[in-house]
Amino acid sequence: MSNYLSELENHSIFILREAYAHFKELCMLWSMGKDSTVLLWLTRKAFLGHVPFPLVHIDTGYKIPEMITYRDRLTREWRLPMVVGMNEAALLEKNTFPDGQVDRLTCCRLLKTDALTRTLNGQGRRMRFNHETSRYEEERNPTPYNGVIVGARADEEGSRSKERIFSPRDAQNEWHVAGQPPEFWGQFNTDYPPGTHVRIHPLLDWTELNIWEYIEREHIPTVSLYYNQGSGRRYRSLGCYPCTFPVESEARTVSDIIAELRDGKFARIAERSGRAQDKDDGGSLETLRREGYM
Amino acid sequence: MNPTQAERLMVAFVGHVDHGKSTVLGRLLADGGLLPDGKLQQIADYCERNARPFEYAFLIDALSDERSQNITIDAARVFFKTPRRHYEMIDAPGHIEFIRNMITGAARADAAVLVMDAQEGVQENSRRHGYLLHLLGVRQVIVIINKMDLVDFNPERFEILKETFCGYLESVGVQAHAVIPVSAREGDQVVNRGLHMPWYTGPTLLECLDHLSKPAEAAELPFRMAVQDIYRFTRFGDGRRIIAGQVSSGRLEQGDELIFYPSEKRARVRSLETFPSGGRESVESGEPVSLVLEPQIYLRRGELAAHPQHPPITGDRLKVSLLWLGQKPLHQGQTCLLKLGTSRVKARLQTVMRVFDSADVLHGMEKSQVESNEIAECVLELNRPLAFDCAEDFTDTRRFVLVDNYQICGGGIILENLPSAENSWLRSTVAQRGQKWVGGRLTMETRAERYGQTPCLVIITGRKGLGRKRLAAALETRLFNDGGLVYYMGIGSLRAGVDADLKQSQDPEERREHIRRMAEVAHLFLDAGMILIVTAVELSHADLQIIHTVTGADMTRVVWVGEKTTDLNEDLWLPDDIDDAEAAAQQVQNWLA
Repeated sequence: MSNYLSELENHSIFILREAYAHFKELCMLWSMGKDSTVLLWLTRKAFLGHVPFPLVHIDTGYKIPEMITYRDRLTREWRLPMVVGMNEAALLEKNTFPDGQVDRLTCCRLLKTDALTRTLNGQGRRMRFNHETSRYEEERNPTPYNGVIVGARADEEGSRSKERIFSPRDAQNEWHVAGQPPEFWGQFNTDYPPGTHVRIHPLLDWTELNIWEYIEREHIPTVSLYYNQGSGRRYRSLGCYPCTFPVESEARTVSDIIAELRDGKFARIAERSGRAQDKDDGGSLETLRREGYM
Repeated sequence: MNPTQAERLMVAFVGHVDHGKSTVLGRLLADGGLLPDGKLQQIADYCERNARPFEYAFLIDALSDERSQNITIDAARVFFKTPRRHYEMIDAPGHIEFIRNMITGAARADAAVLVMDAQEGVQENSRRHGYLLHLLGVRQVIVIINKMDLVDFNPERFEILKETFCGYLESVGVQAHAVIPVSAREGDQVVNRGLHMPWYTGPTLLECLDHLSKPAEAAELPFRMAVQDIYRFTRFGDGRRIIAGQVSSGRLEQGDELIFYPSEKRARVRSLETFPSGGRESVESGEPVSLVLEPQIYLRRGELAAHPQHPPITGDRLKVSLLWLGQKPLHQGQTCLLKLGTSRVKARLQTVMRVFDSADVLHGMEKSQVESNEIAECVLELNRPLAFDCAEDFTDTRRFVLVDNYQICGGGIILENLPSAENSWLRSTVAQRGQKWVGGRLTMETRAERYGQTPCLVIITGRKGLGRKRLAAALETRLFNDGGLVYYMGIGSLRAGVDADLKQSQDPEERREHIRRMAEVAHLFLDAGMILIVTAVELSHADLQIIHTVTGADMTRVVWVGEKTTDLNEDLWLPDDIDDAEAAAQQVQNWLA
């Protein structure tokens, strides 16, 4: 089988298995978007139907409701080890952009980056889905995760194309772009000093089109927001509802989306064009990423 | 053409800094009509806001701090497709201090475009990159003589550069696929022919790329698969014991007989599992594997699976060609972690044989270290045997990386398996210990004379449950009562203390380390003039070799109890189980005297 979807799949499975072999406290970020859902599917393939590490979702409280419904449906159906983290303090104090107290970038920093950092290092509250009671319950004695699997793709945006597959973060959760160790011949930087953690990017080589082609090939269930359900609009990229906007599109199915990306109206328009926080200033996404944003 | 069947080719752009790699790549994307709509405008806006002239290189150098420095600092990737195939272009930085990033980019490539400045000609990095491509195994190289506009599109200048550089590339084992005169600024010979060089009739860069072929699959080689992990998901109600890996070469079929190296354990492939379920009958190079074996032998990550008729090489002294990327030089005698496939061993730099320097020759000068960014032929000593291949066609089983201080800081290929000096690794450790030894005024001999005994290590071994420990305790008491300075050291006492940081497993490396530490502790007792009694389960010849290396061969007395199960040559054999510990202890005491 020599086609490039299989090549991508093979490589990603290899990376996932390397991550699992090296990190005791491993987790995977699942945003319910198409990329991390493909990652979840690849994980089930790599581990013969199982997901042997927690899936972490950072809930900003402003996610489009369909996303949460979809998350909990798949969690039940696939018996996923689901963990949810949140910046409860910022939400309580209404320190958010929708509440009009901070700008978009600061809002991202508080509700996503800070919530993520605290969920990963175990200082923030982790709510874990209990399959017996079918409810989210607070995790007792959370231990810091030292390996975090993320669905970032190199083609999304300039700064992501600089990423390594195994990318070390220091104790402050920061990314040092220029000083990165090399990574070659399928050998990754799996050793790391105490107090630091490693981000793992199994989808770095995938493009937006590859993701959809793979979803079609594998029949992976995706959230309905990606499809035009009669309004002539659909989401191309999912996020918080105050800052993510649908695009005009007639695509009702996965193959419609593929056609649109391959040689239709989106063949030459950047994916994150519907994300407002990328536009506030020139290097904003890179600034966020250095601080630990995904 | 069905796009999901399309071929995908990875091409690295390399070359000396400022010779215009990014500009060539930017021009390729722009003239090829390959840019997404937002991208060009985004950069144009940026340039306008910051009052800078627009450059194609900005497209690639997407990070803000790099735009200000006008260089590319990491292997950025660009994806695009032509009617012929899909491409992933990797822009590898030219600055010497960024060679680590160049490696990261180029090592994944199926082909490389080496960009050279027509005015400046061959520079240090042009040469180095040529040699690196060879080391990294990139065989298809297109050479671009860029900035032809700066030499008035002069065909003679082009011919001279072409001849010089191709000659050099051939000398390091790289055959240039094509040499193209280009002006990326004017757009000549990248996608369009341009008007300035009618004398050039060869292909443009894009035509040339489309003519490259994907390197041959490794499916024809002997089967190799490194064990990545062993899965047993019993907590999810899954009782299968699965050996996970990825085929690095060859083919595997259900029912095949496999040998795992270096342990040489054998098993048959009962099934090739998949999710969603259904299973496979065969797998080939590049594919992930989930094996169920028959019988279910004990394996660990790091073993290399092969068919019995095509075994890999096993050895612990290697001649290698390596590239060192550490901040500080790699010294003779220095130890790093070596990773090959999924195995990890400690490697010590024994000898630096030849160093490749920027003056482009491998010279034979005596050196005791490899400097940062140098390539050298060296001898590495490993702390335990490793399974690998030397033949040119193999990739994963021939290439290794070196890890120092948590980071990959070098890599290379194995050239040759050298004859092993048995336990040479341990020997050097013991020699170092000898040099660093801090003693008082008294020697072992003085003590032994005073105590009236010959210090020795009595090892009681054999299968479990035959009374070895009762014998050891009885022997200790008898020797003590006769005035001896004697101590019985139970293995349990060591495991919970000295060995508390080790895993309590049957992993060969762990076992070696348990034994080494036991021997080092014994060495202290012996130096103190005492008789030490220890028990060990089924000691092998190799285990005893370790002990001998650490304590000295003449210091041990080995007693085997019960049926012989290993290749060990004991000093005293007690063929029966220990019923009467006192009688057996007396027998041993008499023998010791």
